Amino acid sequence: MSAAGVPLLRVEDLRVSFSTEDGLVQAVDGVSFELDRGGTLGIVGESGSGKTVAALSVLGLTRTEGAQVSGRIRFEGRDLLELSDEDLRSLRGNEIAMVFQDPLSSLHPLFRVGAQIVEAIRAHRGVAKAQARARAVELLQLVGIPDPARRVHAYPHELSGGMRQRAMIAMALCNEPKLLIADEPTTALDVTVQAQILALLARLQRELSMAVVLVTHDLGVVADMAEQIAVMYAGRIVESASAEQIFGAPEHPYTWGLLRSIPTLDGPREELLEPIPGSPPSPIAPPPGCRFHPRCPYAQPEHARTDPALEPVPGRPGQRVACLLEPELRRRLWSALREGHTPEQASAAAGLPAPSIGSGLERALPAKETV
Amino acid sequence: MTGYIVRRILWGVLLLILVSALTFVLFRILPTADPARLRAGRNANSKVIAEIRVSLGLNRPLITQFWLYMKGLFLHFDLGYSYYTGASVRSLLFDRLPATLSLTLGAAFLWMVIGLPIGIVSALHRRSRMDRASMGAALVFVSAPEYWLGLIVLYLFAADIGQVRVFPGAGSYAGLTSDPTKWLTSLILPWLVLAAGFAAIYARVMRSSLIETMGQDYIRTARAKGLPERQVVLRHGVRAAITPILTIFALDVGVLLGGAVLVETVFDIPGIGRLNYDAITHADFPIIQGTVLLAALFIIVANILVDIAYAYLDPRVRYS
Repeated sequence: MSAAGVPLLRVEDLRVSFSTEDGLVQAVDGVSFELDRGGTLGIVGESGSGKTVAALSVLGLTRTEGAQVSGRIRFEGRDLLELSDEDLRSLRGNEIAMVFQDPLSSLHPLFRVGAQIVEAIRAHRGVAKAQARARAVELLQLVGIPDPARRVHAYPHELSGGMRQRAMIAMALCNEPKLLIADEPTTALDVTVQAQILALLARLQRELSMAVVLVTHDLGVVADMAEQIAVMYAGRIVESASAEQIFGAPEHPYTWGLLRSIPTLDGPREELLEPIPGSPPSPIAPPPGCRFHPRCPYAQPEHARTDPALEPVPGRPGQRVACLLEPELRRRLWSALREGHTPEQASAAAGLPAPSIGSGLERALPAKETV
Repeated sequence: MTGYIVRRILWGVLLLILVSALTFVLFRILPTADPARLRAGRNANSKVIAEIRVSLGLNRPLITQFWLYMKGLFLHFDLGYSYYTGASVRSLLFDRLPATLSLTLGAAFLWMVIGLPIGIVSALHRRSRMDRASMGAALVFVSAPEYWLGLIVLYLFAADIGQVRVFPGAGSYAGLTSDPTKWLTSLILPWLVLAAGFAAIYARVMRSSLIETMGQDYIRTARAKGLPERQVVLRHGVRAAITPILTIFALDVGVLLGGAVLVETVFDIPGIGRLNYDAITHADFPIIQGTVLLAALFIIVANILVDIAYAYLDPRVRYS
């Protein structure tokens, strides 16, 4: 955890909900994590897992949407949820910066890219326009945009997707933030450009000693960069561990599903991808008990009644999981899966009774006898 | 860009020719009164009417009349002479234009100054009491006919017939150069009446445009940069939301410059709209054609200006 004392960012029991016409949407339901200075945290989850809302809440960007936020978000010891609008404003784009998913819609279409960066600089630093403009050109160079002196006058729609995202990153970094939150920074880009942007982020992080929270649905994206990974599902963290632990010894069936659904370059060509059946639950009416149980191939009847808490994994320092299966059982299941067995085979090999719920298939298959 | 503008201007000229041809045809075909008969007055007999017809050139074949008209118009800017008074149409138009300009431009200023801020505040405080009240009032003013509103306003506030005698009544218009004070005071009521409906429309359009704009991702980015909320709303929000408004503004002003007939009639303002209305009652073709052409000219120019302005305001449009 933290060797240097107080962590840079500490989120405690964050809950974010929205009142809608259809009911109360509990987008984030008790999320806690920490990040040290210069560290990297990856928050991974499907659409609807609450990861974006959690990221937006750090900067208080959900305030204007009428969100009800509770919990604590401590940045350098100060609780951001207690801050006035004005104090929060002075942090944004300054000590904490954010990069968004789609740079074409996230950059203002009517202003030149350089002007938007200058604006970000002058919001927090009392420098002259000319100085800010020079700094904008420097920043564009820093993020690897060729011919920055000319590109600084470009409108966003005149740049390619990769360059737009670089420009957005330049804008986020202009005041040397201590924390950068990147919400799906590569999702809108094609794969080769994705790799370049991720490499850029990693380099900038090292050069500026910046902490990074990388929010994504793609485990592959966080594989190289993240030190810590939190897997989110249905508004909660279901597994939290170091990157080595997540990729080497994952504990939660959802994490297994995510890992197995990543296409690999060296797999057999005809091999079908293994998706996780079903879809994420409604944030208005989550399933009873363990929220993942309707999609879990290993779920047992009692999992529909008990809601697991995020607890440390015995024998693995720093790893926590929210799962009702026995640790020993999980290890056997994962070994079987890693050897290439299907969930059903792994289940049988581990000696589990045939699933009477789970796999999202209970409607397709005839009901089985519970043991 | 220049090529684009030149093409639009040429197209505009072609359009003007088409409009004048169409006006000519329409007013010859439509069953209206006989201008010769109207000119002849009460003591007309068929001989006098026939003589008037010849003097007005109405006995010639239609094609000849049309050709003479077009030639005079495009070569000499000669719009002909009134059948009724014999005055030069061109000079009549120039005489009446200042009144219409005063009315239109004053009302335009008012409706922008009233409508836009109301729209902006309503968008930012959706569903508040202020929002509901102003949108409700807007609905009333959009629905109210101009002449009805004009008569009500005169009944309430006119110096000669009103309940509360504040402003000069109908017919008190004076030119800006002849009597500035009278010019101003006589236009206040007409300005308010003409601006009312437009302010209501613009408030509603501004409100919905801004609501949509404030939901965009780049607004979230502006907040994430730590910009003050006022800058987010005005510089990022309103700036993006106002482009469609400026384009309809140019078109509305273009149309009004052709004559706000109802307001000019109720308040007895000697503008182009009034001129047109009087000409119609006398079947005075040359004046009708003159006013229609002038209105068409204003609208075509407004259209071209809108296209140019849009390309200037929205850089994404430029290269198409």
